[in-house]
Parts: sequence; structure tokens; C-alpha cells
Amino acid sequence: MADLVAVLATTHHPFYYRTSQLPPEERPPFAEEWISKIATYRETLTRARPDVLVMVGSDHFHQLWLDNMPQFLVGKAPFYDANWENEIREFGMPKLLLKGDEELSAYMLREGLDRGFDLAFSNELRIDHSVTCPILTVRPEADLPIVPIYTNIFAPPLPKPERFVQLGRTIREIIDAWPSHLRVAVIGSGHLSLELGGPRQFGPTGPDPEFDYRAVEWISNGDIDGCLREVTLDSLHAPGNATHGFMDFMLMMGVAGHEKANHADHLSLFHTMEAYFTWYPNPHLVDPPLGGVPTIGATA
Amino acid sequence: MSKYLVNKFLYTVDRDHDLTERYRTDPAGTVAWWEVEMAGTLLNAIDAERTTWLSFTDAERDALVAHDHVALFEMGAHPFLTLTLWIAMFERDHPEPLAMQLDYAARLAHVTQPYPDITT
Repeated sequence: MADLVAVLATTHHPFYYRTSQLPPEERPPFAEEWISKIATYRETLTRARPDVLVMVGSDHFHQLWLDNMPQFLVGKAPFYDANWENEIREFGMPKLLLKGDEELSAYMLREGLDRGFDLAFSNELRIDHSVTCPILTVRPEADLPIVPIYTNIFAPPLPKPERFVQLGRTIREIIDAWPSHLRVAVIGSGHLSLELGGPRQFGPTGPDPEFDYRAVEWISNGDIDGCLREVTLDSLHAPGNATHGFMDFMLMMGVAGHEKANHADHLSLFHTMEAYFTWYPNPHLVDPPLGGVPTIGATA
Repeated sequence: MSKYLVNKFLYTVDRDHDLTERYRTDPAGTVAWWEVEMAGTLLNAIDAERTTWLSFTDAERDALVAHDHVALFEMGAHPFLTLTLWIAMFERDHPEPLAMQLDYAARLAHVTQPYPDITT
């Protein structure tokens, strides 16, 4: 059976790449701490030595559109071109070409369908920054094959938070049952409180820091039940009009299960809170073993 | 009200550099041309399969022609699409980083929750 060696849940900030590429003298004051936290976070994946990455993200109206919007979609292609013209224009991100793992995609689709998720699929998926931001931060070599999974957190009607958690649990079951010798990491990206295109956008902090701190606690502690008690599809409007991206964090909590994160860290930026979490389902598969390398903000 | 068609306009203009520039410099001409030539185009089909029934309301057409992002927000246009296109068109006119985005937000300061429904 395959080994699930790491589960990572992260915010995806499209300006990180550009910020990190600036000469030190041109970087904004928060850049050094941000870059340092990312370097530590990257190590949490490196030490898991994955062979393949399952990448959970959400298309931002790039390829998936309102004439045919899937709620959950699995990429099933040998390669994925990545980053779109208007992301390059707005964020300065590079174009990428990522390898796919068609075997795991096919298995994920078959098993997902059989386990109660009517997953859509795409044989020609162009990836956007919800997936490429984590690639550029935790695997900048972009050398591992991926299986992209897109969720709809963007175009109502949306699935409920419970459904995201259920899909996460199902993804975990499917990977655990995959007849393969490969080491798999699941990396998902979402938002904490976020406002885009509304009156509370781009403030000195995220639109709802209180929500952000509670969210960090839920995720750090694997408190799926507490999170589900307080978060509903309707309530997610209150912390900011783009906060439904938090449901991708809930999906990742489903993958990780009711476990405390082995690494949890966050950083308040001018309009959002960044947050980074890593779980190791089997501590014996991590190199060096858990506890060998202290990590900033680690909770276990 | 056709939130879908307004979003389709924002989506198709934002993803095409030439169209973005054309909409910036000639909003009335671009909106008029788009409604005739593009509104009915199924994005994944040949021209012979055009949609036969979609059109803007007068209020939608006026808001798009006026580059009125506040009116578009109040109509329930998808805020991500509007913001992204406005950044592409108008960020260059502001000397300070984020000045455009903050001005954009300030013009929406009167808006309180619940925000207009963006469901199409």
C-alpha cells in the first residue's frame, strides 16, 4: 500500500513569489520573517521525502466557468501547464509545467465515485495559483508528479463545509488503500478571513483577525468537530466575502483527521493572515524522525 | 438582471490583454461590440452554436459603460472578477502600491452585510 507521509495545509499568497525574488534592499519590512517561515515550512515537506503530491486547490475562474461548474474535479493528465496570463500580469508569477500521475488520478476518480463523490475530471487542466503557490513555496523544484483536485469555493451554490471534510476523509481512505509503493503527500491551500472586491479589502490586517486566530486553533488542534459546530456556509460570509476558501482548510483537516498538527505557524500580513500546518500520519516515515529538527511554531 | 452575462463580460475581458485595454480606453464601444459579437458565444463551441437569448439590462449596460464598480457590486456581479479587471485597467493610474485597491474599497464603504447575493 502507498504511504501517506505528510499532509500540508497552507494559505496561498500570490505575492510571495515576487516578494521573495526581490533583492533584499528592495523587500518590504515583513519579507524576511515571511521568507524564513516559508523556509521552515518547506523543510516539513522535504523531510517527508514524497514521491507524488496530491494538490488541493480552487480554480479562480480561469478554466472552470459558470457555464459548466463542477463542485469537485480531479485532474487526469500526464502534464499540467500552470499559471495564467492575468496571474502573470497581476502577480508576476512564472509559467510552469508540472508532471501528472495519471495512475493515481485514475484510481482517485474510480474510488471517489465508488465512495459517494461524483467527481468531475479533466484531461487538459491548466493549473492556477491555488496550486502553484504551494509548489513555489514548499517544492520550488517543481519536480514531483501531481494529482490536482479542484474544489468550488467560489461560485455559489457551494457544497457545505461538512462535504469538504467528508471529501478530505475520503481522499485519505483512497490514498491509504492505493496499491502502490509510492510515498504520497497531500498539500491543500485555502484562505483564512479574506475580502476581495469589497469594502474591507486590503486593510492593515485580515478583515477578521478573531476568526483567523480561532481558525488557527481549530486546524492546529485537529478540532474538526469544534470547527463544524461554528462554521456554516452562511456564517462564512461574515469574516470576509472570500472566506469560503477556508473550506479547503476544512478539507485538509478531513485528510489529517482528529490530530494535532506537527507543525503550525502563522503570520499576519497587511490584508490577510498567512498560516501553515503539517501533519505526519506516521512519524516513523519522516527523516529525520520527529523531534530531530525543531520547527518555528511547532505544536508537537 | 443577468448576473451571469455581466460575469461573462468581466471574465472574457479580464483574460484577454487586448480586450482589457480596449475596455479601458473605449468602454462604450467595447460594451456595445461585446454584446453583439461576444455575449452569445458559447465559450467552448464554434460560432454556429451561439446562445440566442442573452442580453444586458439597461442598468447593467450603463454600469459597464461607466466603469462603475460600485453599481456592479450592488447588482451582484462576482467581486473577484470585477476587482481583478479593475486592477488590470486602473492600478497603473495610482502612484502608490495598493492605492487603487484602497480607493476601490473606499467607494464601497457604504455597503454593509449582508452583501448582495452573487449567486447566478
